[in-house]
Amino acid sequence: MTFQTIDTSLGGSVEAPSGAALLRRGVDGTRVALRRYGLLAGFLVFWQVGSSLGWINPTVFPPLDKILAATWTGVVGGALLDDIAISLQRSGLAFAAAVGLGIPLGLFMGQIRAVEQALDPILQFFRQTSALALYPVFILLLGLGEASKVFVIFWATLFPILLATIGGVMEVDRKLIEMAATFGASRATIFRRVVLPASVPSIFVGLRLSATTALLLLIAAEMIGANRGLGFQVMNAQYNFQIPQMFAAILLLAALGLTANALLVTLQRRLCRWADLSH
Amino acid sequence: MSVVETTRHGEVTVRDLSKSFTLNGQRLPVLRDLQLDVRSGEALAIVGPSGCGKTTLLRVLAGLESPDKGEVLIDGHPVLGVGTERAIIFQEPRLLPWLTVLGNVAFGLEVRGTSRAEAETRARHYIRLVGLAEFESAFPRQLSGGMAQRVGIARALTVQPEILLLDEPLGALDAMTKLTMQEELARIWREEKVTMILVTHDLEEAIYLADRVLVLPKEKGAGPRLMEVNLARPRDRNEAQFVQMRRRLMAEFGLH
Repeated sequence: MTFQTIDTSLGGSVEAPSGAALLRRGVDGTRVALRRYGLLAGFLVFWQVGSSLGWINPTVFPPLDKILAATWTGVVGGALLDDIAISLQRSGLAFAAAVGLGIPLGLFMGQIRAVEQALDPILQFFRQTSALALYPVFILLLGLGEASKVFVIFWATLFPILLATIGGVMEVDRKLIEMAATFGASRATIFRRVVLPASVPSIFVGLRLSATTALLLLIAAEMIGANRGLGFQVMNAQYNFQIPQMFAAILLLAALGLTANALLVTLQRRLCRWADLSH
Repeated sequence: MSVVETTRHGEVTVRDLSKSFTLNGQRLPVLRDLQLDVRSGEALAIVGPSGCGKTTLLRVLAGLESPDKGEVLIDGHPVLGVGTERAIIFQEPRLLPWLTVLGNVAFGLEVRGTSRAEAETRARHYIRLVGLAEFESAFPRQLSGGMAQRVGIARALTVQPEILLLDEPLGALDAMTKLTMQEELARIWREEKVTMILVTHDLEEAIYLADRVLVLPKEKGAGPRLMEVNLARPRDRNEAQFVQMRRRLMAEFGLH
């Protein structure tokens, strides 16, 4: 008897969604968006209103519309385009070099325990030495030009990706490797078909850390010794008391970071679809 | 002579096999002077208490471990490492999480150099054999324990081995799935006509599947014993002779 009632109620719910259901879905969507971005929106509204009404010092925190206007003139007017390009070039070059060296080296080091053990202490030592502390050394070696800036960013960016790759390779399930070996797979095949795909999620963790580091070091390097670039513009605007312009450069740097992260997340989703099927 | 030669495939001979492990500086003999002949197409179960060396024996047969003394011959040739005439089914399915069911089943053939198209055609056949045709494009994360183990079995069968080595393949499954899978294994063994060597701690499973049961004792003083299982197939667990056989095997371990 109870089964009967369950059956009929199930049959009833297979109707097309009614207007009320659609409305409910819309309300649910709004609620999710509110829960996720509500606090951020509130913060921005407080900034705008607080600055306009003088609750907070508008010379230090200009209203948001002024910052957005400064960003717009900077980008569309072309004043900041040159800086964006040079910043992208510096961080892009350094990031590409770090990835190009870090992933292959990490894959190699993770496979051969003796190499990993011999290199690990020196890696840990270099990693703990702040790249910015070494910047003067790089300037001495490579001069004040582009090379030293790119190198300091490369240096700091290399370690997260290298260590994450080594970790990924070393944590590959031995049982899967043994399984492949029982089917007669060669070392090279095991590397290509088991070790490499198993390390991809961990490599992506490294890539995202490295991308964040690249932007961090970019800003620092440009603030210390550059006359172009977004990091330089932040400092320069502050010296000249052009506070909206300063925030415009900060905003662009934040946008750069968000974009880089979003790109990597999209790529990771595509490559590691198998890993997050349950979400 | 030539007739004898051609009918010999999937035959396993173990001669004077000894293997010991070193644990905390102490030598621990696991297998001592073991002799064993497995006929082509036979189903042999290896049972014994934990630590008796049953998994070690299987790993030696698989070529994953080498013996300290003695040798293993397959069709008269000594075993050196893993070989293409043997396939192993482990207790865990050991599936590659980034490959679909089809990709996992075709994996064994692909790493041996078979083209992907051909490997997938043969994989599909065995996926159907284990009853997972609808789950071909599913990923391992989406499968239940029993289904994942079926994928492991299909992967081993796809390479068409002469000898199937099973290391407690149903040990991690729930009781009901286990019964179904035992029936499946019996059917697959009958259809594929492979030599099957199965390590298990489930005495009923041993009698249900095997032609002979090798009993490895815990104390190394007592020698291993072989028990013939002369029951008609398909077997019925509740039949008087089956029950009697189970009682006898349990008595070997002092169980009632």
